[in-house]
Amino acid sequence: MVLLEQAVTSFIASAAFGVLFNVPRRSLLPCGFVGMLGWLVYFELNNVEFDSVVATLVAAFVIAAISHMFAKRYKLPIIIFSVAGIIPLVPGGLAFNAMKHFVQNDYNAALEMAAKAFMISGAIAVGLVLSEVINHVLRNMKKV
Amino acid sequence: MQMTQTHEIMDVCLLAGKIMLENGAETYRVEDTMARLAASYGINDAQSYVTPTGIIFSVDGLTPTKLIRISERTNNLDKVATVNSISRKASEGCLSIKEASRELKGAEKLGHATPIPLQIAAAAIASGCFLIMFQGGWGDFIPAFISGGLGFAGMIYFHHFVKIKFFAELLASFIIGLTAFLMVSIGIGSELDKIIIGSVMPLVPGVVITNAVRDLMAGHLVSGLSKGAEALITAFAIGTGIAVVFAIY
Repeated sequence: MVLLEQAVTSFIASAAFGVLFNVPRRSLLPCGFVGMLGWLVYFELNNVEFDSVVATLVAAFVIAAISHMFAKRYKLPIIIFSVAGIIPLVPGGLAFNAMKHFVQNDYNAALEMAAKAFMISGAIAVGLVLSEVINHVLRNMKKV
Repeated sequence: MQMTQTHEIMDVCLLAGKIMLENGAETYRVEDTMARLAASYGINDAQSYVTPTGIIFSVDGLTPTKLIRISERTNNLDKVATVNSISRKASEGCLSIKEASRELKGAEKLGHATPIPLQIAAAAIASGCFLIMFQGGWGDFIPAFISGGLGFAGMIYFHHFVKIKFFAELLASFIIGLTAFLMVSIGIGSELDKIIIGSVMPLVPGVVITNAVRDLMAGHLVSGLSKGAEALITAFAIGTGIAVVFAIY
């Protein structure tokens, strides 16, 4: 039940971001799908007690891989799909809490959270790039 | 090759690059598209240097190098996709230079296809959905919906008057914090933190962050760093707006 709720909301949220970024209309549903899949991977991994940095890394990897497939299939730039998928993973909540603690002069907690938010942003980046690198290697191996 | 034709090709490449860069494409994709376009019209040694604020493009030693200044960047991925497909057609050889120029000029004129009320509605819905995704209760859906929509509308409105993005974002997040706080204090919403987090998500610079990373990894160090700075400034603006609300109460 919780999973269904998460799936539906993440699908809608990612598609809504597609609208904000004005993606071509035919790619709205795939955008929602990428976002949903990425979020479900993150959510489930987080649930089974993986660290959120690891969960983010895996989810970003999955998002980039699926985005690449869609980009090929729909003949559109990959960024259209990956951006919609990445948004839910951005550590907005952590950054917010960090800011809140900064304002309340609780610098220890604030720095801790800021560091975590930084780590998660890094994990998104590494996940995206890792998927691209593997994709390149696979393509080059086919050529050889 | 005649001088006039070279000029024409350069103009087409620069226009394509300009449209892409202004609408949220990654730097490496802009350079790639410009090089491909040039190659498909017979110029194989085109050199381009693309940063988020300008493009320098040169084909050989004979014609002058051209420069285009990019002053405003938005997210309109539809235009990026359009230019992408024009360049695809050009490299397949089924688009003459005149046609390419005309199609690109048409693409440049395209506005943001989504009308503003629809954008605001999308931002509001996304805010509500993010609240649920971040484990908020359904009772807070409406407050997040309202403050997210108001915040986004505020950003569009302020950006219209104040051309400095930082202040538009700061004011928008201030509105979000204030409406969320007011709604919680009159008893419509319950969890202030989650409402605010859900509502600020539409302001989060997602495209910029992803582009910054991709550019950095592709070796475009200047572009990557400057886009990273852009994302950081936005994040800072959002944080400051919220912090002001917290500081008041």
